[in-house]
Amino acid sequence: MISRRQFLIVTCAAAAVPARAQLPTNITAQRKAALAEAVREVVGASPLRTGRVKLDLPPLVDNGNTVPLAVTVDSPMTQADHVRAIHVFTEKNPQPKVISVTLGPRAGRAQIATRARIADTGQVIAIAQMSDGSFWTDRVEVVVTLSACLEEGLI
Amino acid sequence: MARVVVTVPATAKRGEVIEIKTLAGHPMETGFRHTQTGELIPRDIIKTLVCLYNGAEIFRAELHPAVAANPLVSFTTIATDSGTLEFRWTGDNGFSATQSASISVV
Repeated sequence: MISRRQFLIVTCAAAAVPARAQLPTNITAQRKAALAEAVREVVGASPLRTGRVKLDLPPLVDNGNTVPLAVTVDSPMTQADHVRAIHVFTEKNPQPKVISVTLGPRAGRAQIATRARIADTGQVIAIAQMSDGSFWTDRVEVVVTLSACLEEGLI
Repeated sequence: MARVVVTVPATAKRGEVIEIKTLAGHPMETGFRHTQTGELIPRDIIKTLVCLYNGAEIFRAELHPAVAANPLVSFTTIATDSGTLEFRWTGDNGFSATQSASISVV
């Protein structure tokens, strides 16, 4: 006589194996590599330092389809010392890039805001390029309850 | 024609930092979704937003599919002279929209 517990273990294991096989097994590694590649494209060989950049977004995201995010960089925004560009990346999206903006001393304040799609719980990264060529970064860990990019069959 | 909205203060003091908000009506289709019959929905996004202050470029944004539908972008600039701010959006499938706002600097 097979117990309920044994039955559940066997059937769940049988159900889980093909479901897992449908996904590319190394998808997390692929996305990590894509993120590293996108960051390297921006930063090159320069060192990436933490600080000066403040990435502001809710730590718990109800709906990944519209996540308000703001980036503020601590900079005087003068001709001699200003932020040249701000880039935002996500860790788990199919493509890591979110937005890249070009600023100049005429911006007055290095402050931008937009709304992003975030696919899954993970890191969001902002990188600022200064006029002296240095790069500064901020990372925020977010928890996403309803993922973007997964709502299939809408049409 | 796409609906676009920009918010720029009507008047500002010279040298004041003003906040500009832009919103464009656009689905920002990612190119990763499928229809019920399994066909891939092709990508259709706004790629760039450029802001010109009296003809000089002050801000440029490159958008990717990870920007939410109806993209909102807000940024700041220094009010230097009275004149017009022109906003240009361009994207896939020949999408293009322009909007301008006038500002008087005292």
